Amino acid sequence: MMTRIVRTAAGVLFPFVLIFGFYIVAHGHLTPGGGFQGGAVIATGIVLLVAAFGAGEIGRRIGPGALKGSEALGLLLFIGTAALAFGFGGTFFANWLANGGAIFGNVVPFGPNPGDLNTGGVIPLMNLAVGIEVLGALSVIVLLMFKGVREETE
Amino acid sequence: MIPEIIIRNAPALLIAVPMLAAFVTPVIAKAGNGVMKAWALLATAVTAAIAGIIAWQVLDFGTIIYTFGAAAPGLTIPLDSGGIPVRIIFTIDAMSAFMGIIAAISGFAVCLYAIASEKRQTGQEMFFALLLLLEVGILGMVSTGDLFNFFVFLEINSIAGAALVSYRIRGGLSVEAAMKYGFVSTLGGLIVLTAIGLLYGQYGALNMAMVATRMQFTVLDGIALAMLVTALAMKSGAVPMHFWTPDAYGLAPSSVTAFLVVASQASLYGVFRIVFTLYGGIVQTLDWTTVGWIVIVLGVLSMFVGVTMAIPQHDVKRLMAYHAVSQTGYMLLGVGVGIALLGTASFDTYGIVAMEGGIFHIFNHAMYKGLLFLTAGAIIYRTGTSDLNRMGGLGHSMKWTMLFFGIGALAIAGIPPFNGFASKLMIYESVYLFNPLLAVIAMVVSILTLASFVKVFHAMFMGPKLPEFAEVQEVPAPMLLGMGLLAVIVVLFGVFPDQVVAGLVEPAARALADQGAYIASVLGGA
Amino acid sequence: MIANLPFIAVTVIALIGIVVILTRKNLVKMVMGLSLIEAAVNLFLVSLGYRNGGIAPIFTNAPAGEMVMPTVQAMTLTNIVIGIATTALLLSFVMLVYRKYGSADAGVMRRLKE
Repeated sequence: MMTRIVRTAAGVLFPFVLIFGFYIVAHGHLTPGGGFQGGAVIATGIVLLVAAFGAGEIGRRIGPGALKGSEALGLLLFIGTAALAFGFGGTFFANWLANGGAIFGNVVPFGPNPGDLNTGGVIPLMNLAVGIEVLGALSVIVLLMFKGVREETE
Repeated sequence: MIPEIIIRNAPALLIAVPMLAAFVTPVIAKAGNGVMKAWALLATAVTAAIAGIIAWQVLDFGTIIYTFGAAAPGLTIPLDSGGIPVRIIFTIDAMSAFMGIIAAISGFAVCLYAIASEKRQTGQEMFFALLLLLEVGILGMVSTGDLFNFFVFLEINSIAGAALVSYRIRGGLSVEAAMKYGFVSTLGGLIVLTAIGLLYGQYGALNMAMVATRMQFTVLDGIALAMLVTALAMKSGAVPMHFWTPDAYGLAPSSVTAFLVVASQASLYGVFRIVFTLYGGIVQTLDWTTVGWIVIVLGVLSMFVGVTMAIPQHDVKRLMAYHAVSQTGYMLLGVGVGIALLGTASFDTYGIVAMEGGIFHIFNHAMYKGLLFLTAGAIIYRTGTSDLNRMGGLGHSMKWTMLFFGIGALAIAGIPPFNGFASKLMIYESVYLFNPLLAVIAMVVSILTLASFVKVFHAMFMGPKLPEFAEVQEVPAPMLLGMGLLAVIVVLFGVFPDQVVAGLVEPAARALADQGAYIASVLGGA
Repeated sequence: MIANLPFIAVTVIALIGIVVILTRKNLVKMVMGLSLIEAAVNLFLVSLGYRNGGIAPIFTNAPAGEMVMPTVQAMTLTNIVIGIATTALLLSFVMLVYRKYGSADAGVMRRLKE
């Protein structure tokens, strides 16, 4: 538990870190970044909270249950999206939404272009799935390591 | 009667089914332990069925190509790529299908066994999820036709394997072993990645068939070959880099050890795939006799060091781990003789028989070594000790375990009619024609193996019933069923070796030696 | 010569990593040495893709010109993720060894002999 200034600053900064992380995830098919990178940024935000408030406090508030659930949800979304390609006649991991006009289905122009967020097909969905999974997994790792440290020093 | 969509997508399902099962396992565990165990068993059974379907397809119709992310499985080369296969392609020829069957059968037997043997532990959903992930890693490693994908599955193996070795923490010994295993595996993986980077930097392709087509044997290629063979031999437990083997195999839970043996053999498959398919086309600059002799020397060293260090052991699982190192030497010897004769006329007479012996030995070793580790685990489960000096007289109460151990011990020593004899005979015959001294060394090692296991059998099962083991009874049914499955295969392959060799092993050996067919199936068919 | 600088740096970092693993006695420092070797391999992979005068391989609002190879960057990213998982696992093992044996010195790991 750190001083009041650090705690307030961490509390103010955390939403911005969260939004930045989700921005990296969401624009993964246009700019550098993507699922893992965005998820790691969000997990770093949670580490910021842990550094400011102490792992016990954050472990009580957020709790490994929600984070493990987020990890499982991300994994299932990822493999479900990949397996849905079977239903559309392609192979495993085929991009069944690309150039289709549906949810992420605008046609991509060839060569350098000002990026259109509505393109990419299955890729933004998988970015989202991996982002959710990574933030859950890395946060659980950090929280469990701190729990192990607290068990020793007690 | 099997839906067309399953047959068409079988290579993808081979890794998708255990992966999906592994991801869902922690969620299903909330509904109860029994449901989760049934789910894991169902997943391994379905994977075994899919591996069987793939083997049947490959043996009937030839190499299967599966392109991930394309519109159809056979579209390896996109229309606008200029003749370069762009996506990750699974290339399952007879050798890959052969290893896939081994991994799938072992996975099912180990899962069946672990249902009962891990009953008293906490965190079981993590155990089964990691076991399924290890199966994904092994199946992916043997099926892929892409170098970097091979590395990714290799690392999945390392991480899942290291986590499983330390599953029972009990005072920290297994954590020590898992740390050594993790360090060695990661170092090996990094060396493999550097070699893959060297190959990519020169030829601009990651697909194995593409690199094989473009390969000219430069100095950097030689360095890459040395790095790849060293790192993969390190991961498979060949001497002189075998130091992690006794610790990791000895302290892991027995079901995990039986499966780690299969993971080590998948690394051995990696060595063979690299030597034969990647570098197989250069007969001018690469001296096959030298490469063959290096593999043979590694094999002979492994055989000898393994069995001599096993004899003074008094911990039963460390003893079996040293024997695993020794048996890996047989596989290296057999295939090494095949490599040394590649391209010469005598390859078709006895070189192919040596290769078949080495490859058949991979299957037999996975079966009987898995059986031996599972029986050792059964004894540790009931008596609580793994020290041979403290055991004794268990034959009175654990009759089935004694029978299974006897079958495994006779198989490893190469006694007919068990499967060890069949593959060892093929190795002896062909190696004798190549160099008589090597065959004599192999036979001496076999005799020492038999002596070692007679000692273990006597220490564990013979003698009067000891008072501290008075209430020891037979192990639960799932463990017996898992052991029984492997024992049946050991006996069956020993009694009908010719059918097995003609139907499974010979297509595998021929597919491994024939580089042109591999390349043609990936690049020629678009 | 200047074009070979990344590869010289790779060799130097890898050698430092190997020396750290071989000479340091603290387990955490050995894991750090492994991390250094991983960093060296990642640097090697990224510098393989460089093309002279190339720009970053992003199509969004890209200026004209040749792009560097993106495949090696995907390989490096995958290796970084694998490295995180491995480092997390090894550090958890170090924590467990510390808790059970009371010290994080590599000397305590000699209990498994012969």
